[in-house]
Amino acid sequence: MHIDWSHFTPWTSLAGGLLIGLAAALFVLCNGRIAGISGIVGGLLRPSRGEVGWRLAFVFGLVLAPLAYSLVAVLPARRIDASITLLIVAGVLVGLGTRYGAGCTSGHGVCGLSRLSPRSLVATLAFMASGFATVFIVRHLIA
Amino acid sequence: MMAVLFSWLAGLLFGVGLILAGMANPAKVLGFLDLAGAWDPSLALVMGGAIALGLGAFTLAKRRTRSLLGLPMQLPSNRKIDRRLMLGSVLFGIGWGLAGICPGPALVLVGAGEGKGVLFVLAMLFGMALFEVLERRHQAKAHAARTSC
Repeated sequence: MHIDWSHFTPWTSLAGGLLIGLAAALFVLCNGRIAGISGIVGGLLRPSRGEVGWRLAFVFGLVLAPLAYSLVAVLPARRIDASITLLIVAGVLVGLGTRYGAGCTSGHGVCGLSRLSPRSLVATLAFMASGFATVFIVRHLIA
Repeated sequence: MMAVLFSWLAGLLFGVGLILAGMANPAKVLGFLDLAGAWDPSLALVMGGAIALGLGAFTLAKRRTRSLLGLPMQLPSNRKIDRRLMLGSVLFGIGWGLAGICPGPALVLVGAGEGKGVLFVLAMLFGMALFEVLERRHQAKAHAARTSC
């Protein structure tokens, strides 16, 4: 392992993390809910009374974020290397996996660890380990 | 109405945080997941920053039964560490490692007008719908097994 200092962005990443934490804090204190994106989106697929509006609003907020950001600053560069086929496979796995595991990076990783949940800690360790292993296999064993 | 407004605000703030943090750049996420290559540790700071703020908020939240808007506090009660949790999380990690995209950033990419982001979200919704179908089938089977004996 060697650290890629040229791409290391400690301050913006920390600031972004604080904003994410602030959003999760606002959401739990005002709405009484966990800001878990996979759960919020997944809940739309089994709609029930009074559950649709706030879920759509949260998703709408996320989708609107690039526009809001671009009003204040230039959007940072981004790159998606995955091919179309790989994106589809990855998307299905993320959708299926997060619903079976009842959470993703936000629900288990940010909110779960913040509320000191052992279940979320185990889930976070599992998907991090699996993510590290997948990138290792794809970049260093197959390629 | 207020709940919907705050939900929108939380989503917006969350999304802006993801962009600033670098999470909306799949190449950067993969740089973090590539421990054996040129490792970019930035995203560890995202998690650290978010939890630093989250800890206080959730400690407060756990002591309340109602939110500041008067809504019921709905914190997860499931504490089971079972096969579903493990298998689901591992599958999610594989998908995350293949594309460098998790659910929040996927929606931000859609908002940025990224075609590949739209494709990923459609596939993700398909995966979630597949879960609903499998769950319903599983529950129907469990119900049939209970009523037959």
